[in-house]
Amino acid sequence: MISISSTLPIDWVIGVVAFWFLIGLLGLALQDKPRLITALIFPAGALAALVLAASALVALGQGASVATLPLGLPDLPFHLRLDALSAFFLLILGAASFGISLYGAGYFRSMDKATLGLLCFEYHLFLASMALVILADDAYMFMVAWETMAISSYFLVTTDHKIPEIRSAGFIYLLIAHIGAIAILMCFGVLEGGQGDYTFATMRHHALSPLWASIAFLLALFGFGAKAGMLPLHVWLPEAHPAAPSPVSAMMSGIMLKTAIYGILRVTFDLLHTSQWWWGILALTLGLLTALYGVLFATVQSDMKRLLAYSSIENIGILIAGIGLTILFHSSNQDQVAALALVATLYHALNHSFFKSLLFLTTGSVLHSTGERNLGKLGGLIHKMPWVALLALVGVLAISGLPPLNGFVSEWLLLQAFLLAPNMPHQLYISMLLPLGAAALALAGALAAYAMVKFYGIIFLGQPREERLAEAHDAGPLERAGMLWLAGWCVILGLSPVFFILQIDNVAMALVGRDLGGSAASSGWLWLTPVAAERASYSPLILFLIILAGFIFTFLFARKFYHGKVRRGPAWDCGYPAQTPRMQDSAEGFGQPIRQIFEQFFGIVREVPNPFDTHPHYHGETRDQIWDLIYHPVARLAEWLSALIGKLQHGRISLYLLYSFVTLMALLAFVR
Amino acid sequence: MNTSTLSLQLLQNMLVVLAAPLLLGWVNTCRAWMQSRSAAGIFQPYRNLAKLFQKDAVLAHNASPLFRYTPYILFVSMWLAAAMVPVIAVDLPLSTVVDVIALVGVFALARVFIALAAMDVGTSFGTLGARREMLVSFLAEPALMMVFFTAAAISHSTSLTTIVGVLAHKEFVLHPSLAFAAIAFIMVLLAENARIPVDNPSTHLELTMIHEAMILEYSARHLALIEWASAIKLFAYITIGFALFLPWGIAGVGEWNALPLALVLLVIKLAAAGFGLALLESVSAKLRIFRAPEFLGTAFLLAVLGILTHFLRTSVA
Repeated sequence: MISISSTLPIDWVIGVVAFWFLIGLLGLALQDKPRLITALIFPAGALAALVLAASALVALGQGASVATLPLGLPDLPFHLRLDALSAFFLLILGAASFGISLYGAGYFRSMDKATLGLLCFEYHLFLASMALVILADDAYMFMVAWETMAISSYFLVTTDHKIPEIRSAGFIYLLIAHIGAIAILMCFGVLEGGQGDYTFATMRHHALSPLWASIAFLLALFGFGAKAGMLPLHVWLPEAHPAAPSPVSAMMSGIMLKTAIYGILRVTFDLLHTSQWWWGILALTLGLLTALYGVLFATVQSDMKRLLAYSSIENIGILIAGIGLTILFHSSNQDQVAALALVATLYHALNHSFFKSLLFLTTGSVLHSTGERNLGKLGGLIHKMPWVALLALVGVLAISGLPPLNGFVSEWLLLQAFLLAPNMPHQLYISMLLPLGAAALALAGALAAYAMVKFYGIIFLGQPREERLAEAHDAGPLERAGMLWLAGWCVILGLSPVFFILQIDNVAMALVGRDLGGSAASSGWLWLTPVAAERASYSPLILFLIILAGFIFTFLFARKFYHGKVRRGPAWDCGYPAQTPRMQDSAEGFGQPIRQIFEQFFGIVREVPNPFDTHPHYHGETRDQIWDLIYHPVARLAEWLSALIGKLQHGRISLYLLYSFVTLMALLAFVR
Repeated sequence: MNTSTLSLQLLQNMLVVLAAPLLLGWVNTCRAWMQSRSAAGIFQPYRNLAKLFQKDAVLAHNASPLFRYTPYILFVSMWLAAAMVPVIAVDLPLSTVVDVIALVGVFALARVFIALAAMDVGTSFGTLGARREMLVSFLAEPALMMVFFTAAAISHSTSLTTIVGVLAHKEFVLHPSLAFAAIAFIMVLLAENARIPVDNPSTHLELTMIHEAMILEYSARHLALIEWASAIKLFAYITIGFALFLPWGIAGVGEWNALPLALVLLVIKLAAAGFGLALLESVSAKLRIFRAPEFLGTAFLLAVLGILTHFLRTSVA
């Protein structure tokens, strides 16, 4: 008998991974009993996720532990390692997927049974492979898990594979995932440095020359950037996220994108020893550009899931910018500030996995009850779906970075890290560049609020734009529970950040050799003071209590002294009597100012009707210009090259014999 | 935290709530004088509020709870923001709860709620106002943040208490970066408080309005709270401006005998600022909505220039 106290967290984690794999197979076997899958397997998977989160939390405070699985090729067993960094990302995986699986248990009920069994298998395989990516301690294991993750998510994206758009979205996803995977494989090749041993332990001890280190870093940034949706490799993201079923979108955006962030951190701070300041500048610039680009496109979307997908690009940009800032500070030996930037980045990763998953799940509920993804056909759902509306409001406020919710904490920490930049010992231009970075971050934050007001206001507020919205119904109990879990963490992470920062500090200690430790909690757990109390302090719990007390006080005061009645009447609207729901802003209308101001950034396609049309039709579309600037030329080049090579093929035997003859002669000329 | 600082905090809380409509009345009076109208008197905002509070509230049929509770959230956020700014003294217990970045966050919280409430009833004016408000704010907010960053870079802190302490008490150096920041701040102040040239606070039934379009559906005590909140917001912004750019006279930690002087100086500064605001509004014309981004873009660039000037100076020195 193994007693619980003597088993290491890593054993529990391996157990959960194996369990997920097994129940996935079980789901496949139980294909004919769909009730059993949704009532039993998904909740069991969710509970396993909770176990994973708990063991990761325990592991976060402990040292690294390793395990070797007797699987894989001969002489090439799978190495696993659970250290602070992987524990943190496993915590994200476990905590967020608990809510998503719980939701999924309710959501997938309406799926037809042939797809449900398969979906259950792919879903749990996806979960297990993500955990293995984070656990892997050799390049071979990592690539196997990484590819399993890509393939299982590809099949999840193409669940509705009968729709051509979804098939093409899946194709683009698979294509870019593999271009990225090749870069990651090459990165491991460089890191290994010709020793013939692909374990991370060897790579960790192998010092590379600055040139090769830079090549490895660039390959990692490209490869993982493709998975994360970094500019200009983001094009798959707004296609694939809307195509997938909502819990899968939540999983991909909330968790899978984080595995790429994990990869960048693992390679940069763990496997590579040196870091150079220009890596930081590169990552920072790319990250901020990605953030601005993503949020700008989010504001003009009219499909609610595409809007969220672009918002994920924004958040990934913020994360990469945070990593860039960490590298910059770390390479110039400012380890305390590096720790601050890293903690801010990790906190944001944690936050994003909760609020973005939550928002994707709310779109799932809206989709379920209305069958509509286009913002312009929704409206007024706060009356029909009060629970979903309330939980979505939490998510919207959190993602807009508003105090006292969690999104604000990480944004605040990151801005503090930017403001500590003047201590940089580098040349003048870097310390001048960093405030511009803070400005870009602030701009992205304000635009995110714009996009989110649009998202929430058009879906949930106002009058229903279509008549059939009257039949919309609220989310079921399991779905509600899943969303409540995620929303609850948005609130808790917002109100008491100090506890979690002390945990995340372990990761900072492991990666940059310093933590915030004492200084973050120097004024007690109520106050968050990243450097020192007189430099900056923020107390979300007190802020929240003051707002709450003030709210109650004002409410009672207004009620006690002026007991005027509240009566209901028709909307006034400046005295205009003929009100129709069509007179509210559509999604396009709400995004119009942004479209007009940033016209150069969008490829706008307009179809304006002829004045003599009896049935005028107006059509406008904003396009991602990266397609025209990068992807279409590359595609045309490939086409041109293959056409060129195609000329060699005529189908005549004599011609092919001639080729053989010429080749033979050419080779003989070499050999001679 | 002790009883004396706590009582100071309570004094300030009462002061900002009660004095804010007076400031608005003063601005309106000055504006009336400059435009050769006879003024309604500086107490008119109080009379408006009292009247609104006594009426029955009307809610639209499909107004949700969000619509109903937003005025309270708005009022409390603005009150909170104003209570954290060192108006007469820096020794405030509440000011450690938020720093300037969080202050921007509190303003943003209020703004998001009012924009959502505007979309709630589902009228054409409401959504139009919400859209325009978010448009103005997405450029004004980063500019405001940059202004604060300039002050934070000088004082090595984002806490308003420390900023005021450093700027007002420790050193008497002219910072050219603050000059840029001050101009940017005034531009942001005009935009964020729905003043000319970005918005017109006294307009109605015009397609040019922003703030008023959002609150058209409100009545009675809800409207009163919103109007009061706007007055407090203006007060808060002007006092933030004092804290950053004219901090002289604000009493330091433990300087109790400096309080009366601080109060007198505050009244003088407010009177001058109100007059200046009225003057600015009288000599400028309202911009087209799509000129507002240019206006705020200029503010943003000025604020960025301010912070760059600061780093240029410190690096050269």
